[in-house]
Amino acid sequence: MRKFFTLWTREVAVYFRSPTAYVILFFFLLLTGFNFYATVNAMNQAPVRISVVEAYFNTVFFWFGFVVPFPLITMRLFAEEYKLGTIEPLMTAPVRDLQVLLAKYLSAVFFYVVLWAPSMLYFVVFQWQAQISAAPAVGPYLGAYAMLLLLGLFYLSIGCLASALTRNQVVAAIISFAAIALLFYWGFYSRWFPNVSPALRDLTDYLSAVQHMATFSQGLLDTRPVVFYLSMTFLVLFATYQVFQYRRWKV
Amino acid sequence: MIKVENLTKRYGGFTAVNGISFEVGKGEIVGFLGPNGAGKSTTMRMLSCYLPPTSGRAEIAGFDVFKDSLKARERIGYMPEHVPLYNDMRVVEYLRYRAALKGVRGRRMKERLTDVMDLCGLRDVERKLVGNLSKGYRQRVGLADAMVHEPDLLILDEPTIGLDPNQIRQVRELIKNLGRHHTILISTHILPEVELTCSRVLIINRGRIEASDAPENLRARLRATGDVRLEVRVPDPDHAKAALLSVAGVRGAEVVEEGEWTTFSLGIEIGADPRESIYGLVKDRQWSLRELSRERVTLEDVFADITHPDEA
Repeated sequence: MRKFFTLWTREVAVYFRSPTAYVILFFFLLLTGFNFYATVNAMNQAPVRISVVEAYFNTVFFWFGFVVPFPLITMRLFAEEYKLGTIEPLMTAPVRDLQVLLAKYLSAVFFYVVLWAPSMLYFVVFQWQAQISAAPAVGPYLGAYAMLLLLGLFYLSIGCLASALTRNQVVAAIISFAAIALLFYWGFYSRWFPNVSPALRDLTDYLSAVQHMATFSQGLLDTRPVVFYLSMTFLVLFATYQVFQYRRWKV
Repeated sequence: MIKVENLTKRYGGFTAVNGISFEVGKGEIVGFLGPNGAGKSTTMRMLSCYLPPTSGRAEIAGFDVFKDSLKARERIGYMPEHVPLYNDMRVVEYLRYRAALKGVRGRRMKERLTDVMDLCGLRDVERKLVGNLSKGYRQRVGLADAMVHEPDLLILDEPTIGLDPNQIRQVRELIKNLGRHHTILISTHILPEVELTCSRVLIINRGRIEASDAPENLRARLRATGDVRLEVRVPDPDHAKAALLSVAGVRGAEVVEEGEWTTFSLGIEIGADPRESIYGLVKDRQWSLRELSRERVTLEDVFADITHPDEA
């Protein structure tokens, strides 16, 4: 546990030591801030039946900003160590492969949380300025942020796997971006092709991140996506573990 | 300390290390020699538990590198070739991180950090970023990292590559001092270094161990013993040559240079050292003597002889 913590601390420190982290944080804040402003502005134009929270987490701006950071956060994790050769001193220290993998993955999760944490302030500011609550109850807040975390866990694990596959960070970023985009757009399949079979429609809806966020940001809890994202995260991390070990057998 | 049995590593169809076996006892400094691509680094990577062997086994301090990898790793300080380091950390930060990973903690951490930084001469750069260090300092950081947890065994892969002669001498001194407390396996291209620091030499070529012996014995194994060089003032070189050939142990004589002083190069029989008799002859004949010396056979000769048998 101590060694895990040592590894994790170093991985987190890498994020905040490099200027890229601050560039990502800055532009992400700019993007989500603009997104919030645009959402509230649009809601001011005409009466709507949805809460600010619900509206904020379901715009196309939100989703665009949401998908972009994943490859940037994760591409470095393994690829850089392979490239610099630092994987060799790392893995000849008495640490378990699993400790290294989890330290890397959870450091990415930490950065992701830091990335999204300021967005909560928007709702605080909104309530303070507008004197009305952004959501009718705590449910939508909890639901929206829980879904944000679940999606994050899953997509970050994909990025982790992509990074473990290659020593080239750009290749890792492209792989994870393609995989995440594919999964994400798959959810729109039944919307774009309305006359698909009901079975396929059910399947795409079951996998649709947009659908899940719509449900959760209303404050509704559905256990199916929870199980889906957690089990998929586990599966992808397991695959990453295998790839990570296999690379040394092969190298 | 190290026990290797039939260790083999194949990469696809290519066999990098082919069933090697050797043992290294506690407190030995063993030099690992071989041309590029002979399998030195692969062997060291297997010993340091980075690469799993294809077949065969290796034990470090009684722990199998594959089955008891964590325990074996706790006892090894490994410095990889080219010393990969995290460039974004400060020297002292990096060493503290590495020490923590290797289980050094509490008061011992402070002691060990001070010790290794003093030993490796890193005190004046401890606050510098690793990425800004010169090659020599990087090498020292790698060395400090390897020994920060006081391992029983140090595995150093080409620790002096790319260093200038002064730095090489410093590192060599450092390794010599370390040898008092550690067992050391060191790979290198620089042969005089091995002669100066190692108690035993392993020569590996094309994935096989070709020789394992003390540097002196290896030299003795070589067919030719060093020639004797003799510089004298003689009335008649041809006459002198015949006289020299009659000395026991001299099997050949050649005049290298003629003039006021004549220089002879004398071939010597294996195991013989006829320098005293030669001096006796010189004194007898009342020749003036300017030089009488024996050329040392270097490990370079041994190395060339063993790794390219046909050209020697």
